[in-house]
Amino acid sequence: MADHSSNTSELELLSFRLAEEEYSVDIMSVREIRGWTRATPLPHAPAYVRGVINLRGTVLPVVDLSVRLGMAPVEGDARNVIIVVQVGSQTAGLLVDAVSDILALPRNELQAPPELAADTAHSFIEALTIVDGRMIRVLDLGAVLPDEASEAA
Amino acid sequence: MATDPMAEIRASFFIECEELLESLQDALSDMDEGNYDNETINVVFRAVHSIKGGAGAFGLDALVGFAHRYETVLDELRSGRLELTPEAMKLFFHAADLLGDHVRAARDAGPVPPGSEECLVELEKLIGGGAGPAAEEEVTDFQPMGLSFDFGGALDEDLAPEEAASELPVWTVVMRPSAALYASGNEPLHLLRALAALGEASVLCIEDSPADLDALDPEAVTLHWQITLTGDITEADIREVFDFVEDVCQIDITEGAAGLPDLAPALSSAPTLAALPDSAPEDTGFGFFEDLPAPAPAPSAASAPEPSAPPAPDSAEAPESAAAVSAVIAPAAAAASSKEHAEASATVRVDLDRIDRLVNLVGELVINQAMLAQSVAEAGLPPNSAVMTGLEAFMMLTRDIQDSVMMIRAQPVKPLFQRMARIVREASHAVGKEVRLRTEGDKTVIERLADPLTHMIRNAVDHGLETPDTRAAAGKPTEGVITLSAQHRSGRVVIEVSDDGAGINRPKVRDIAIAKGLVAPDAQLSDAEIDNLLFLPGFSTADKVSALSGRGVGMDVVRSSIQSLGGRISISSEPGKGTRFSISLPLTLAVLDGMVVSVAGETLVVPLSSILETATLSSEDIRALGPETNVIHVRGAFVPLYDLGAELGYRCPRANYEGGIVLLTAQENGARSALIVDAILEQRQVVIKGLQRSYGHIPGVAAATILGDGQIALILDPADLVQNASGRTRGPNLALAG
Repeated sequence: MADHSSNTSELELLSFRLAEEEYSVDIMSVREIRGWTRATPLPHAPAYVRGVINLRGTVLPVVDLSVRLGMAPVEGDARNVIIVVQVGSQTAGLLVDAVSDILALPRNELQAPPELAADTAHSFIEALTIVDGRMIRVLDLGAVLPDEASEAA
Repeated sequence: MATDPMAEIRASFFIECEELLESLQDALSDMDEGNYDNETINVVFRAVHSIKGGAGAFGLDALVGFAHRYETVLDELRSGRLELTPEAMKLFFHAADLLGDHVRAARDAGPVPPGSEECLVELEKLIGGGAGPAAEEEVTDFQPMGLSFDFGGALDEDLAPEEAASELPVWTVVMRPSAALYASGNEPLHLLRALAALGEASVLCIEDSPADLDALDPEAVTLHWQITLTGDITEADIREVFDFVEDVCQIDITEGAAGLPDLAPALSSAPTLAALPDSAPEDTGFGFFEDLPAPAPAPSAASAPEPSAPPAPDSAEAPESAAAVSAVIAPAAAAASSKEHAEASATVRVDLDRIDRLVNLVGELVINQAMLAQSVAEAGLPPNSAVMTGLEAFMMLTRDIQDSVMMIRAQPVKPLFQRMARIVREASHAVGKEVRLRTEGDKTVIERLADPLTHMIRNAVDHGLETPDTRAAAGKPTEGVITLSAQHRSGRVVIEVSDDGAGINRPKVRDIAIAKGLVAPDAQLSDAEIDNLLFLPGFSTADKVSALSGRGVGMDVVRSSIQSLGGRISISSEPGKGTRFSISLPLTLAVLDGMVVSVAGETLVVPLSSILETATLSSEDIRALGPETNVIHVRGAFVPLYDLGAELGYRCPRANYEGGIVLLTAQENGARSALIVDAILEQRQVVIKGLQRSYGHIPGVAAATILGDGQIALILDPADLVQNASGRTRGPNLALAG
């Protein structure tokens, strides 16, 4: 019963680009998409925490997804965007190069990632799928967010 | 059927009970300090009495029973028949605590608190016992919350106000209304009320003609009044009252009290309307008392009233007047005590969520106003333009609104401290020490402080203070003092628990720590480091495990619960003088005055209250301390120097700080430190935005704020910053503070 529903139900993904690679997140966890604003760096924070920005009066931590996945930092210019996501009670911003598309596909087209070498990005990827010949990675948001956030999630 | 109205009334009764219990504790504390008068005792009595009255209305028999017997003993005290000894005082406190337990038991339908019967028996011993269930039926007489007759308590002390008011002028007014006064629709009652409002009034109603019912002319005037007024009143004031009735009412105003000779004939010819108070000889008149709860059979007047005369007079207005006058006098007499008056100010209960929303909105308003100010400044308008003046007024208003809202939000520390008073009483009783609790300050706190505070107070009683014998041997008073204070400092709330005990026994602490393997046997520890050992898990110095503390779950639990609130705890101790624990908590949601500085291109806010002064560095002030550390020389004192940019990881320490700007900051414990910044931008109010929930704790950073340009700036916590910094830069320090 549970299998049946999960196989046929549609899933919508927001896909975005990071250093010429395509990633995506479940659109249900996306709150909004914002243009690039300079983040205030936090002392003693891990390298992938870009800092905090002002989201209509609340303080929002921003994760540089590129660094989090073991790549070079996102440069941070007007073309970059911050995807505001919510996992559990935690809200955070993901800094990415650009948003590309919204994809709708049945859940059963998702595949578990193969057990490969110890790649930093590996543990953050929940599933893989192919759309129009492109491979799309679905991120595990709970793993991506900073420790405090993922604990609470 | 959304809500049961009775349940609502019941709920508000219990809320009132809490307030009454609070005033009861307050008054008892005053009495305990020997700083009390009759009014204080009345407050105590009234509180217990009102709880009893309300409880009776809800059929809370156990509570009524307890309150009644407590009240009976208090009544003895009030009437002066019982002397207030320290033992009695202790019993009163204990009974008040139990009364609180009873109220809560009644609210939650819990069991009757244990020990109440013993306490009551002890109490009743004070008055020779036997006062028990004597007057149980009187309970039904009470209206819930019926405060009006409680003022009878104040009237009972007729002597006291009289003595106090003896320097004030006394006026005797005789008012003889003519029939025309009634015919014109005037009412003597209003006149009497107006007079009573001028000062302390004592009203005597005198019947002019003997009652002869057969010959009674219903329209004839048979009553006149003699009023004795005490207070800062002029004859003109009195005349003014009678302004409109002068032609229909004969008014005689004389200065000074009417003498007895004047009174006696009046009395003899007047069938009395009500009981004469015991103090009749000094009284120039008497009020019309309603029956007091404590039945005081009226002694006969000097010349017996005519038995034939019915208590109700024959004039139609009279009974109404008589009853009403007493009601008028009562508030007037009560108003003599300004304290009483202040408590009666009106209050509104508001849901805390609503206030929090308001506080948040005001926070947004402050940010918006800052943004507006910035854009106006960027627009380059002349400083005397209408926009600028308007903006200035706006800023002032914002500040006022903010202050007012914060005042509404402030949760007074008092109820919390009162709870602590009880802990002290119970704890000191359990270990057989004499302890007095002093509380200072009335500030906002966080409710979750109760547990750590309880623990610390118990610790202070159990470990901090010596036994009476030891104290006496050390030349100290046998009674130990524990001080609990709350203050606002550096944008934080600082709560201190200090005792005047023996202080921390450092050699012993050290030995225990070594025995428990917490530190290496050869470790060289400074005094402060030894003190901090108390916060290590599993540490306990008590030789014997007492009922109170000493089970090894001690100060480490306190420290972790304080830290979970985003606070810090520190300890200082002086042998033979005592120990002081100081808890410092961030104000969870507030606005603070900060100095906006820039460091390595970042904008930071330093709480203004933590900054002592700012200075420009010159090379001769800077002295090298270690390979990586410097101190600066400020007016004869050496102060450790920290580069904010380096401490926060924005840049590497510079080779030369010549010409740099330093902020000299002070911590709660008085230690100073100098922080190097690049530039001071401005001083302004900032709204505190917590980082805890969105990110977590960052060492050295208290919170964040949003500046006028929409950017987020971090608010520093200099004390925390320095604490963490010193651990890193000063080599092999014991990592206790972390």
